[in-house]
Amino acid sequence: MRLGYVGIFLMLSAFMRLSASDCYTGGTFVEQNGIDREFVKLWESRGIKPSPLCSDGVFVRRICIDLTGEAPDATLAEKFIKSKKNDKRSILIDRLLKSESFADYWSMKYSDILRVKSEFPVNLWPNAVQAYHRWIRDAVKTNMPYNKFVTALICSSGSNFRYPAVNFYRSAKSHDPKAIAGIAALAFMGQRFELWPEQKRKNLAEFFSTVRFKKSAEWKEEIVYHDATAWTKTRILTFPDGSQVTIEAGTDPRPHLAAWICGKGKKDLASAAVNRTWFWLFGRAIVNEADDMRPENPPVSKVLLNYLADEFIASGYDFKKLCRLIVESSTYQQSPTGNAENPDREKLFAAYPVRRLDAEIICDNLSLITGVQDTYSSVIPEPFTYIPYGQKAVAIADGSITSSFLDSFGRSARDSGYLSERNNKVTAAQRLFLLNSSDLQRDLYRSEKLKKLYTGRSRDEIIDSIYLLVLSRYPSPSEDAVLDKTYPKRGRFNSRDAVSELTWLLINTKEFLFRH
Amino acid sequence: MNKIVLFIAVMMIAANIHSADALPRARSVIEIWMWGGPSQLDTFDPKPNAGKDYNNGLKAIPTNVPGISICETLPLLAKQADKYSIIRSMTHGINGHETATYMMQTGREPGSGIVFPSIGAMIARAKIENGLYKGKLPAYISLTKNKGRFSECGFLSPRYKPMATGGNPNSGIFQVEGIVARGMTPERIARRKKLLASLDTLGKALPNNQELKDFDSSGDDAYELISGDAAKAFKLDLEPKGVRDRYGRNTFGQACLAARRLVESGVPYITINAQGWDTHKKHFDAMKRQLAEMDQGISALLQDLSERGLLDTTIVWWSGEFGRTPKIDWSEPWNGGRGHYARCFTSVVAGGGFKGGYVVGESDERAENVVSRPVYPANLLGSICELAGLDPDSPLANPMGLDLKVMPESDKGKGRLKEIYKNAQEIKK
Repeated sequence: MRLGYVGIFLMLSAFMRLSASDCYTGGTFVEQNGIDREFVKLWESRGIKPSPLCSDGVFVRRICIDLTGEAPDATLAEKFIKSKKNDKRSILIDRLLKSESFADYWSMKYSDILRVKSEFPVNLWPNAVQAYHRWIRDAVKTNMPYNKFVTALICSSGSNFRYPAVNFYRSAKSHDPKAIAGIAALAFMGQRFELWPEQKRKNLAEFFSTVRFKKSAEWKEEIVYHDATAWTKTRILTFPDGSQVTIEAGTDPRPHLAAWICGKGKKDLASAAVNRTWFWLFGRAIVNEADDMRPENPPVSKVLLNYLADEFIASGYDFKKLCRLIVESSTYQQSPTGNAENPDREKLFAAYPVRRLDAEIICDNLSLITGVQDTYSSVIPEPFTYIPYGQKAVAIADGSITSSFLDSFGRSARDSGYLSERNNKVTAAQRLFLLNSSDLQRDLYRSEKLKKLYTGRSRDEIIDSIYLLVLSRYPSPSEDAVLDKTYPKRGRFNSRDAVSELTWLLINTKEFLFRH
Repeated sequence: MNKIVLFIAVMMIAANIHSADALPRARSVIEIWMWGGPSQLDTFDPKPNAGKDYNNGLKAIPTNVPGISICETLPLLAKQADKYSIIRSMTHGINGHETATYMMQTGREPGSGIVFPSIGAMIARAKIENGLYKGKLPAYISLTKNKGRFSECGFLSPRYKPMATGGNPNSGIFQVEGIVARGMTPERIARRKKLLASLDTLGKALPNNQELKDFDSSGDDAYELISGDAAKAFKLDLEPKGVRDRYGRNTFGQACLAARRLVESGVPYITINAQGWDTHKKHFDAMKRQLAEMDQGISALLQDLSERGLLDTTIVWWSGEFGRTPKIDWSEPWNGGRGHYARCFTSVVAGGGFKGGYVVGESDERAENVVSRPVYPANLLGSICELAGLDPDSPLANPMGLDLKVMPESDKGKGRLKEIYKNAQEIKK
């Protein structure tokens, strides 16, 4: 891999500059599915060419992070880059879709929008949070069809500990039917309830007007139920699209709402789901912001949104299939550095948008490098929660868990259910941590994992391993040139100092901190 | 004197504050937070006649202010009573840590579906937005950990979240997470910075990307803190040995010293989160050490601020989320413990426009009930805001677009501690 002779090195670097512009870029863009067909049309109309595909090193890191919230370990990255199989990207995608980490990561995303946290502003309380999160995670893991998932939430009744889906109702900021309707409109239709006309809001709230809450003798248990005596007369209720249903007194109106949203209203349901999933995979939605869908906020491509929603419905609301459809497209697999001069490249998805990683992912990626994991506990509220050592940050159920790291890197507050609650802006405080945290320096310096990596190996092997571990790729020729000056080839490169320094350097690159 | 009047006027114009009441404006606030709830009886509201089941035999001692006595556990603070005022009628009635903390930090009851910001976040924000604080250090700093009871910045931007220093101010080097790291010489920092720039492969490929540019600019800010003078505020070894000793060579004492240094750097809001006050079991064993440290640390802080002419511009307030049960529980497993007690407890304020040497309110003979002048969390916090130049009745900008005020509308001026506000003449002397 490494080039011993300066001459070859120069020739090769000149060649690489001609063929592929940088270490981020791989093959040429080929239409794979309907997503690509739509985008090629869109780009042509705007006079833009698609970016080339990303390199294998970029792909292995991107797909692992985007599907499982976890960077690949060095072995996986190396094997993937070296593999000669033509369909290696599809094989990896399939493997990741089946992984436990996939379930961890996507339940974190759903827990953000469903506001899974113990306290403030709503009080789900710790044991109900664990139950609710487990239920969500099981749904992701078993790939519960999305329409069934939504129906289960809407129609849920029972104890917050034994029938975890009822925590959907408990996560509203009050028991007021309007508050419940508000979170339903946001979570299932991707619409801002407060922008609806008053009558439409009232109409939706009526479907929740028989929901009641009661305490039991068990501490912090709460039963959510339909009160059959709430109405004494037959009522006619109106769905968000204006169609109506007659409901007799004593009957629970919620199954009718669920039937509508998965029936006549399914286009709204599916559009909101695919749009949000697109946002999670690209950092920007087709209708942007992803949870503000309304006629005045048009999609970047209506055809594309319809295509994805139709595919999702036709697949039986198969979430994993939807993810696969998106990540197998060449649109998703574009290089992060293509169309670099075009200011619209990210708005039109004419390159893979670079953006900072989620707080939890950064935390776990650091653990992957140092081999040292954070421990979590929470004194909010009592009884205290202690999470066993070794748990990934991505897999934490409770948004109230105390962690100054996750707070500083902008994890979702899970207060409102808006996607914008996750704040992925880079701040000076974050840079301070990465550049100069004593804890991080110590973890790097004392890391047993890094020690294994440098014990009894050559300089070149060590440098390659560190690059694979931190950035999932080999150093580029220009990086090699810098490293040759900094860590001379003849010198020894197996000291803790050198290894922890190079690791630290790579952790502080943009490439480590950003999806790319 | 004219200069001072002019200065205050300029500050008030800058702060966009009505000058009618001509109140002094504290530059900084030091919050001494007794995490878990300190006993009112064993500190500033002694009840020497209540019997051993209430006071464990602890006596009251006179202070340097005639008519004011405090508990004998605080002999050094007894000599400084002219600098602080004691509120013996604090009350809110919530005995759970998290809700009580929320109330004592925001002035509001939870349950509205909105997480309000803490007083520290609101004051830090006001000082920044009014151009009164432009320092490199964060405007709201926790020594050494955050409270962790709720998100202190509430719905405000994470920018106003307190920076927790981590580390221990009493160790050889006060390692401040991210700012002061052991073994990082200026040469090593400079070398690494240069190397980083040469390995910035993604940045070079995307020179116009805004998010990547933000990474660079926030890195510049971080480096200014790491290598610039601002971080010196944390270098307690720059203090003479005598000064460090005066504060007490323990975590709490040195945190008080660090707070003074941060005040000198202009940091608007500093909180010392003192741990270990939730003493359900063997309360008096814990108090023996903790109260001695607290006595030494706070008395040194007040005296030092005063000698440096900083006390008039620095509010110091001492409180827990509540007090502790007056009646001692001698039974197993408590063995002389005190529970949570929010019906009647004590807070202390000093400096920055608060008069010293006063007692506000009164508790009954066992410190179980407020007898006169109840003070609610919003009264105390509203007063601190007011003296720190943040009008408690002014609008509180929020992303929800709601009509909110810094302190709850219901509080509006009622019950604020006006009886211990200094007037403009007094602050100038």
